[in-house]
Order: sequence, then C-alpha cells, then structure tokens
Amino acid sequence: MNVLDFARAFFSDGAHWHGYDGIPTRFGEHVRYSLEALLIAAAIGLPVGLVTGHYGRGGNALAFLATAGRALPSFGLLVLMFIWIGFGLLPVMIPLVVLAVPPILVTTYEAVRSVDPSPVDAARGMGMPEARVLFQVEVPVALPLILSGLRTAAIQIVSTATIAAYVSLGGIGRYIIDGLYQKDYEKVVGGATLVAGLALVTLALFWAVSRLTVSPGVRRSG
Amino acid sequence: MVALAAATALLAGCSSDDTNDNPLTGGKASGDSVVVGSNNFPESNLLADIYGEALKAKGIEVTYKPNIGSRETTYGLIKNGSVSVMPEYNGALLAHLDKNAVPKTLEETTKAVNAKLDSKLTLLKPSSAQAKDSVTLNAATAKKYHLTEKSSIADLKDVAGDLVIGASPEFQTRQQGLVGLKAVYGLEFKSFKALDAGGPLTRAALKKDDVQVADIFTTDPKITEEKFVVLQDPKNLFGFQNVQPLVHKGTLSKEGVAALDAVSAKLDTETLLELDTQVQAEKKDPLDVAKAWLKSAGLG
Amino acid sequence: MSGFFDLPSDLQHSYLGLVGLHLREALVPVLAGLLVSLPIAQLCVRFRWIYPPVLGITTVLYAIPSLAFFVVLIDYFGQSETTVMVPLALYSLVVLVPAIVDGVRSVPPETLAAAQAMGFGPVRRYLQVQLPIAVPAIIAGLRVATVSSISLVSVGMLIGNQGALGNMLYDAQAYERPALAVNSVLTIAVLGVLADGALVLVRVLLTPWMPRKGAGR
Repeated sequence: MNVLDFARAFFSDGAHWHGYDGIPTRFGEHVRYSLEALLIAAAIGLPVGLVTGHYGRGGNALAFLATAGRALPSFGLLVLMFIWIGFGLLPVMIPLVVLAVPPILVTTYEAVRSVDPSPVDAARGMGMPEARVLFQVEVPVALPLILSGLRTAAIQIVSTATIAAYVSLGGIGRYIIDGLYQKDYEKVVGGATLVAGLALVTLALFWAVSRLTVSPGVRRSG
Repeated sequence: MVALAAATALLAGCSSDDTNDNPLTGGKASGDSVVVGSNNFPESNLLADIYGEALKAKGIEVTYKPNIGSRETTYGLIKNGSVSVMPEYNGALLAHLDKNAVPKTLEETTKAVNAKLDSKLTLLKPSSAQAKDSVTLNAATAKKYHLTEKSSIADLKDVAGDLVIGASPEFQTRQQGLVGLKAVYGLEFKSFKALDAGGPLTRAALKKDDVQVADIFTTDPKITEEKFVVLQDPKNLFGFQNVQPLVHKGTLSKEGVAALDAVSAKLDTETLLELDTQVQAEKKDPLDVAKAWLKSAGLG
Repeated sequence: MSGFFDLPSDLQHSYLGLVGLHLREALVPVLAGLLVSLPIAQLCVRFRWIYPPVLGITTVLYAIPSLAFFVVLIDYFGQSETTVMVPLALYSLVVLVPAIVDGVRSVPPETLAAAQAMGFGPVRRYLQVQLPIAVPAIIAGLRVATVSSISLVSVGMLIGNQGALGNMLYDAQAYERPALAVNSVLTIAVLGVLADGALVLVRVLLTPWMPRKGAGR
C-alpha cells in the first residue's frame, strides 16, 4: 500500500462522509477553528502593526515579540493551557493566536514602514490628518505585503489547528490523532490530504482577495 | 517534482545517517538488552517498571521504551522485535486478535489468546491482578437514571441515545469498545468523545459531565474518590483482564522468565490498586514505587 | 522529589539530557535541510522554470501537519528520532530554498560580471561571491527554520516519548504535574530565542562589510 492508496481508500469509504465523525462535520469544525483564530490574530496584529509601522517606531520590540511568539511551542502551549483551563475552545485558540500574530504583526509593520515616503509627505503637506494618511495613502500601497502576512498566518493556523484533536475537540486533526491510536493509516493520510487541500483553498482565496482589493497601479509597480 | 522527490529521498538518507552515526543516540536497544515497553497510560508504565526492575535484579540488562502508544501500535512493535517485553491484559489482547472471542473463564481466555498469538510471541504466566476497561457513569448520571453498581451495562439501552461516551480514540474501533457495546449490548450513544486511555482527560471529562459515560480502568483510584459508578458487565464484553507479560520469543533467558513469573505470582488486584494509588494519587514516581514493591515482595 | 527540574523516571533523562536531545533532534534536520537546499536553490537559480513548481509543492508540504508525517514514517524508520527528524528536515527545506534563491538572485549582475572579468570560474564565483552576498537572506531563512524546528520537536511526544522536552507534556498530564508542562514550554521557548540570537550573531560575524547598526532588526 502506498500513500495514494490510503487516501483513495479513505475518500471512497462512504462511512467517512456523514455523521459527527464525517468529513463535512470535521472539515467545518476545522474551518471554524481556523477562521476564529485568524480573526482574533488579525484583530491584534493589524492595528498594532499599522500604528507602529506608520510612526516607524518600536521595530526592535516587535521583532523580539515576534521571535518569542514563534519560539513558544504551539503543542506545548496547548497542553499547558488545557491543564490550566480545561476543556473547551480557549486552550486551542491561545496557541493558534500566538502562532499567527507574529507574521501578521511583523509583515504589517514592515509593509507600512517601507512605503515610499514621498507620497506620504505629499499627503501630509496637503494637510491630510494622520489617520487618512495611513488609510488612504500607506495602506493601499502596503496592502499586497499585509495580505501576504495574513496568508502566512492563515496557512500556519490551518496546519496547526489539527492539534485541537489532542484535547478531544474535533476538526480534521481528529482523523490524524484517531488514526495514530487506531493504527489506521487511511485516516491519517486522508486527514493530511484534507488539511493540505484546505491550505490550497486558503492560498487560492488570498490570491482572489488580493486580485480584488489591491489597486491595479500598486499591483503593476509591485 | 523530480527534484523534490530526489531531495526528499536524499534528505531522508542524510538525516538517518546522522542518527545512526551519532554515538549519542540513546534509547536504542543494544544487542542483548531486554527492551521493556509500555502503553501510553500510567498503569502500563508502572507494570513495565516492575518487570524491568525484576529483570535487573537478576542481572539482566534492561532498556525501557515507555509510553509508546496504544496496543494497535505496540503489538506491531513487539512482533517485529523492537520491543521484547510488554505488560499486557490477556482479555484485551485476545479482543485485539479475535473480535468474536467470548471466553467464560481465565483458562479459556489463556487458551484462546495463545491460539491466536503470533508465532514469534509468547505469553508468560498470568497474574491474578485484573484491570478492566469499563462502562462507568458519573454520579449525576447514575442518579438521574437510577443506576447503581448493581446495574448492568444493558440497563443503558433505552437512554444511551441521550448520552455522550468518552474514551481513548482506539475505543471507537475496538470490540472491547463501541463496536462490542453495540454488537453485544445494543447500545448506540448520542456521540463519542475521543479522550485518552483512562487518563486525566477521561476522568476530567466524566467529572465535569462533558461526557456522561466513560471507559475508566477498574483499578483507577478516582472511582471511589469521585463516586463514579461502574456498571456490571454480565455478558463479559470486557472479559478477563489479567495482567500478564507478553514476550518476543528468544529475548528472555530462563532466569528472566522465572523473574517475571515470580512477579505475576505475587501481583493481585488489591496490590495493583494500591500501587496505582501511590503513583496516581500520591504522585510517587512509578520507578520508585516498582522498586519498593519488588523489595517488599522479596523480588528486588 | 518533585522539584522543578526533577523529571519522572519514564523520561529516562535528566533535564539537561533532554535539552541536549531536544537540540540535536531540532538542529540536525535544519543542517540536513541546509545542505540539501543549497544545490536545489542553485538549480532553481540556473533554470528559472523549476522555481515556481518547487515553490508550489513545498508550500503544500509545509501545510501537512507534522503529526501526520510522523505517523506515516513510523513504518519506515520505526518509533525513533529519525521519524521525527525527517519531516523537520523537509519543513526547513521549504523555508530555506526560497530564502537562498532570493538571496542568490539579489546579487547584482554587475558584481557577477566583475567576478567573471577577474577570471573567477563558476564554482569560485558561487562560493566567493554569490554565497557570501546571500548570507543575510540565508540566515534569515535559517532563523525561521531553526525556531520552528525547535518548537515542532515537542509534537514527537505523541509517537511514544520521541519529543525530547515535549515528553514532559505527557507526564504533566498523566501524573498531574502541571509544573512539568510549564518547564517544557518555557525551556523550548528559551532555546528558540537563544538559537535565534546565535544566528543573528553568526550573520554579524559572517558579513563584516554590512553596517552593524540595525543588525538587530
């Protein structure tokens, strides 16, 4: 048996397509965990990145925070939070958000900070308030890079959300953890394929979003 | 694609060379050392320590491979010889080998499991210590449905559809698990929550009523502490579960076999419960507990 | 007996022993990844058409959860450190190849032309001109790969005590000793930060021509 046979066997088994352990349920749970984590991480990372990038300050502190965030082991954090908090979604959300904030924060900071200063100065010279300078001049130019930070974060979340299954939650990780203990390689390979598929869909979505939101002028110069 | 495949192969070679050449690699069994493995739950780890220390007391070289995983994994490892000795539970092992076996006595269990066992493996003498999987309710659920220690698993038939059952992920596909509960008792639960092998997750979930029914080991000190209710198993789904060493043939000397037989002769359910309590409730280190018991039993 | 650095017997190592084991399980794969990604990156630079498909495949590989890799590899390498290290090497490859390609590509054509005019052959040009100029980019990739490798080793706990410091997480749960989990997480994080700092230092030492200021960025 090779990996492809396992995957084929997994997806062709009708029992894997319905019920609380069916692919639609597990896939839906996985998407839900991932989206929630991404939204929380973006709500933290984007504003802080935009403001610090705009004023060009705090780069070193951010770099250190980002390194520390990356260094914290997601799986270890999950187990620790589970021991402290107990059952529920929170022990899973904390490591996912810690994982996702650094790429969003650092890329947003870099993106805004590295915007060509001449149009920014021109906007200021025209008397634009700082908030409008940020949102009407800097953000449109920085958008491709900001989106790439969000994309990196999203891919990492999708892959890492599998650990939720270790603390008895659902998601695609259920197949991988169950497959490990049941020694059922079909489930493991099927689960891994689903995660990789979801990551591809995420990539495609980000590509589409950047097509729709990035102004053509910026796209050409980038 | 080709570049990547080549790279991966190269990488695998590269990385495994690194491990094999490195003299620091620990944990690998040397030629004549007996490898004692254990499953991923505290009692198995404790039993492995007892076996290992008993062998060491006879001057046999021992390497431990603790917390490996479920039987689904460990059976493969002892079959291929990466592990030489595992603490096993005869009934659970039988159910793993033959889903349809329903032995009525310990002798029948021993006979059936020996018949199904891989030719490279052998079971030493069973101890009288039993630790079973069980269908256990938390106090609130037992009260709600008027169930007691005298009630049978069969009494859940009408209410199972309202209850969530929690156990290790492998319980879901085992005969001594959801499969058998449905086939033997006709139980179909509302849903299954994958936790751990009678460990902290399972206990916590049952206590917090995240699950109303759970698989708790009958030797678990928490049963009395939390007033959990273990249901009777009149159809013997969970069978006989005597602790017994499973051995890869040719890895144990005569003295080794004698040492483990001596352990099994002294180990009864009461002792096992007491040792489990020391490890899980009093938080003593399993190795210390194993050594102390062997000493007191005159085996250390 | 339950001091912060006293570990349960089933971990079979002292605290420092686990730290050493952890570093080895995390760093050997990064090193292997670096050795393999150098020629791959060079191929991608030489034949531009290879790069986009390589990038695509590696992105997908990166999204496959480490645990799934571990479980499938048990059949090939047994329940061993190799099983943990192979996927980690693969992940570091994913980070390092683009980093090196971008780094090598950032060498200005005039510089290459100058090297050629000085009579440098392709090998010497690669080793003495392209690679040194790419050092900052390579180190940036190594930092990401190293820190994530140190963090991911802990998942090896799930395949039977193969996660070095991560194995403490199992015992923290099984024996209800939360301090073990705190110790595990903190130690891994500190190792990550220290390794990151060490790589920054290496870059400063390897690129004496770059301005020192701003090196901390």
